[in-house]
Amino acid sequence: MSDLTSLETEILAQVASAADEAGLEAIRVSALGKKGAISERMAGLGKMAPDERKAAGAALNVLKDKVTEALGAKKSAFAEAALEARLTSEKIDVTLPVRPQSQGTIHPVSQVWEEVVQIFGDLGFSVAEGPHIEDDFHNFDALNMPPDHPARQEHDTFYFNEKPDGSRMVLRTHTSPVQIRTMLSQKPPIRIIAPGRTFRSDSDMTHTPMFNQVEALVIDETTHMGNLKWILQEFCKAFFEVDDVKMRFRASHFPFTEPSMEVDINYAREGGQLKIGQGDKWLEILGSGMVHPNVIRAGGLDPDKYQGFAFGMGIDRIAMLKYGIPDLRAFFESDLRWLRHYGFRSLQVPTLAGGLS
Amino acid sequence: MKFTLSWLKEHLDTTASLEQICEGLIGVGLEVEEVSDPGKELAAFTVAYVLEAEKHPNADKLRLCKVETTDGVKQVVCGAPNARAGIRAIIALPGVTIPVNGMVFAPANIRGQESQAMMCSERELKLSEEHDGIIEVQGDWPVGTPAVKALGLDDPMIYIKVTANRPDALGIRGLARDLAAKGLGTLKPLDTSSVHGTCKSPIGVSIDPKSSCALFVGRYFKGVKNGRSPAWLQKRLKSIGLRPISTLVDITNYITFTYGRPLHVFDADKVHGNIGARLAKTGETIAALDNKTYTLTDQMTVIADAQNAEAIAGIIGGEPSSCLESTTNVFLESAWFDPQATAATGRKLGIISDARYRFERGVDPAFTQTGAEIASRMILELCGGEASELVIAGDVPNTARSYTLRKTRVKALGGVDVPWTDQLRILRDLGFDVSDDGVAGLEGGATCAVPSWRPDVKGEADLVEEICRIYGLENIPNAPMSRPHDIARPVLNSLQKSMLAARRTLATRGFNEAVTWAFLPEAHAKLFGGGQPELKLGNPISSELSDMRPSLLPNLIAAAGRNVARGFADLTLAEVGHAYAGDRLTDETLRAAGVRRGSAVSRNVQGGKRDVDAFDVKADVLAVIEACGLAANTLQIVSGAPAWFHPGRSGTVQMGPQNKLAFFGEIHPRVLAAMDVKGPLVAFEIILNALPASKAKSNARAALTISDLMPVSRDFAFVVDNKVQAAELLKAVKGVDKVLISDAAVFDVYQLEGDKKSLAVEVTLQPREKTLTDAEIEALSAKIVATAGKAVGAVLRG
Repeated sequence: MSDLTSLETEILAQVASAADEAGLEAIRVSALGKKGAISERMAGLGKMAPDERKAAGAALNVLKDKVTEALGAKKSAFAEAALEARLTSEKIDVTLPVRPQSQGTIHPVSQVWEEVVQIFGDLGFSVAEGPHIEDDFHNFDALNMPPDHPARQEHDTFYFNEKPDGSRMVLRTHTSPVQIRTMLSQKPPIRIIAPGRTFRSDSDMTHTPMFNQVEALVIDETTHMGNLKWILQEFCKAFFEVDDVKMRFRASHFPFTEPSMEVDINYAREGGQLKIGQGDKWLEILGSGMVHPNVIRAGGLDPDKYQGFAFGMGIDRIAMLKYGIPDLRAFFESDLRWLRHYGFRSLQVPTLAGGLS
Repeated sequence: MKFTLSWLKEHLDTTASLEQICEGLIGVGLEVEEVSDPGKELAAFTVAYVLEAEKHPNADKLRLCKVETTDGVKQVVCGAPNARAGIRAIIALPGVTIPVNGMVFAPANIRGQESQAMMCSERELKLSEEHDGIIEVQGDWPVGTPAVKALGLDDPMIYIKVTANRPDALGIRGLARDLAAKGLGTLKPLDTSSVHGTCKSPIGVSIDPKSSCALFVGRYFKGVKNGRSPAWLQKRLKSIGLRPISTLVDITNYITFTYGRPLHVFDADKVHGNIGARLAKTGETIAALDNKTYTLTDQMTVIADAQNAEAIAGIIGGEPSSCLESTTNVFLESAWFDPQATAATGRKLGIISDARYRFERGVDPAFTQTGAEIASRMILELCGGEASELVIAGDVPNTARSYTLRKTRVKALGGVDVPWTDQLRILRDLGFDVSDDGVAGLEGGATCAVPSWRPDVKGEADLVEEICRIYGLENIPNAPMSRPHDIARPVLNSLQKSMLAARRTLATRGFNEAVTWAFLPEAHAKLFGGGQPELKLGNPISSELSDMRPSLLPNLIAAAGRNVARGFADLTLAEVGHAYAGDRLTDETLRAAGVRRGSAVSRNVQGGKRDVDAFDVKADVLAVIEACGLAANTLQIVSGAPAWFHPGRSGTVQMGPQNKLAFFGEIHPRVLAAMDVKGPLVAFEIILNALPASKAKSNARAALTISDLMPVSRDFAFVVDNKVQAAELLKAVKGVDKVLISDAAVFDVYQLEGDKKSLAVEVTLQPREKTLTDAEIEALSAKIVATAGKAVGAVLRG
């Protein structure tokens, strides 16, 4: 037995003093390899008498387990040390930039389009559209603006060249032709908004030849001016995200509404910023009124039976007011610096549940 | 339309304040643009009397004054040369803000003498630039009189915007009528009495029925004295920005603004024979009062004597027959001209005048003669002389019409309960002749005859408007609208959803969304298949914006060029908007387009700078189409795109040759050169209208079938002719076993000699029921190779 004890002492000492994994492997082979010290002794068991073999075998197995365990422990220690050494050497400068990826943005006009649709969609207004290249009937005549109407002259209309039959198309000067197209194509009750591009031959500090409007039209048998005032007030509160906004309703005149009114909202200017719903200054934001009987008639409906309201406002304008954008002309200049500064994040989708801004 | 408070009060008996009057005007629909009240800044200044003015003991140019003020006698040091005993000055006492510089006056010691108050110059009060001396108040005003009163500045000017439908509000009397109806006073009675003519007019009047003139009232005056008009009249005109000219001209301007009734006065001695309204002869010229000569057409009406056109009807007078200081005999014209004809003439000639402004909106025809009588009285009073009897041609145009106002209508349309008696009262105050009996029907109502000065009222809805605006829109209670559904239903259609999806998808892919003009220069239009005559504006704002865009790309490419010039070499710009193929409704299509320019990946620490290429925009197209609900793998992608793309580096996404959905690729180098934009630049355009709407009938998805068995993949290196497209090879490979082969993809392309290329294809096999044996895989591989060979001539690379 003393032979095994000294063998054990010897092998375990070798394991303990192994310098690296290769040395450890050599020790394993010399002990447990085919011709290793322990393996040879195992092989010698066969020549022993059964009683002797049983005792010797048990002792050898104990030794084998001890050596195996010692080898394993030493191997783990080597692996652990190697990992430690690697981790110490591996280091990155996390302040270096990431791989370049451009950040996309949504144009304010598009963002406000979605905001407006969210608000009116909740009240059952669908989104109606019409062509930008319009005829006189839809853009003027049907809207109670016959050819000699003074308001028609004030529209700064873009027109196309005359056709052989003498007619000529125009670029729609407002979104109101969609009122006519809607009435001619669907039955009341009607609730629509019609956002879109509009065009006037006007270009200065505050006007661009193309701009964006949103029109609303309600036609049924009962809707009146009280409803109009209510929806405008509710829209302004929701859109500008304020608890209250004072509104001033001023009698006015548009050929396509009767009675007509223009609407102002209160604001204050604080430190160069416009605060809607505060202060005592007035800002005109839209024109509105009850749809003129002649317009209802032009829409193919009976004005003695049907009535309703319409209003229109500038999408660009309310975007400027809400988001503090100073210059209308920059909306259409596609300057990357502007698009990135005033644009909205790609997943910043306005919803009633999540908020409109 | 400008007027002053005191001018208004000549017609409105009121105790209302300036603020109340402005509020009232705004409420009834007469938008107040500006109020200038010079008295406001001067409220704290009063009249003082200079008792003594001695030389300042320590300064040669200063005077030491004793001044009697509301606050007792003050010592004032003053540098003005005109500071002397016995004059009345305007004094600023301590605490008063000096308008010119906003400083608050405080007593000061000036060269050893205390100055306890300050006598002001006109400049210091912002009345003029006069600063050579202090104001010397004219008149015997007691000490303490407010400066605004003593200086005659107590008359605020109000500037209102009058909507096109309200010609009656272009005269002060019309405003007074509205305000009286609003409850802000009473309309004063108007003296409409006639002047007794003492002789016959030597000048007769006539009307050519083809002209725009319906009624011509004239009167001859002899022995008048023209000259500068009285101070009160000059002050009136100046206060609203008009230049006083001579008494006769000032009278016509005064009547124009007071009653909305333009007039004209001819120097009767320069008129040849009779005067009448007739159509001009084409080519006839007239030297007008604006010192310009106009050439007329036979569509235009003139007021002419036997020889010449002497005025353009309703627009402007002529220079030769105008009144001068020396004029002694005059002929007054008060006529009524058709609004549309007057507007057309004014537009064609480009003349803007107070007369045209009123006639084209509609001057009260029934006031034609009254206006002449009022003017006659003023002429006799201010210029003396003798008036003839009136000469009249034509008749007052008949504007009589009545509408029924139902009792329920204001409530139904306006949403407000206005007591019936109040409704009738409002209409009567506005001049409607209202009779509320004899109107049949269950609900009852009133018959309302429209006054001659309200051409805009054409039906019951207008009567409702009149009542609502006078009653006050602020008095209409807000009334909630019903909800069609308790919880809102979706409102967007398929195209609208595609628009939003395209926009957001592109933004997530790094695109900055732009909104560019719908128009563009003709040259750019032509590069992109546009420039058709029906898409050319007849009156473009500039040659840069002359044609409607046939595609979103040219404006985006131009925008890219502008941004490159600003130093942004790498950019991704997109737009979702309309393009125009013609002028019919169906020619307008909604598109999503984008350009990528410069590096797709710019230089960076991770390495790997790469320029944009056609596959970047192909990915954009597929991402948008997928986001719009279409499975991209069901679409055909074929070589080539419209002519503005590179012929070899562009593609079209289609659902069959007739239904093209999108184009992508490099923009043609010639197009870029023509637009002066440097590449590399790739672009795409998706026609959102062409995408079919989702056909899914149910929200439920098809059942998911998946296998637990590991997929196996095998690589093949095929050699094919260069002309063979990857998609053809893959289609053949996938067709070998549609059950087992779950995917086949090209992962490498390698150019070989002899017009051949190598396409490396990874084929993924998905066993369904049991693991595939080597023999089964070998058999399938052999079949793949054979099929590829048959379909596109592919052979395995040796």
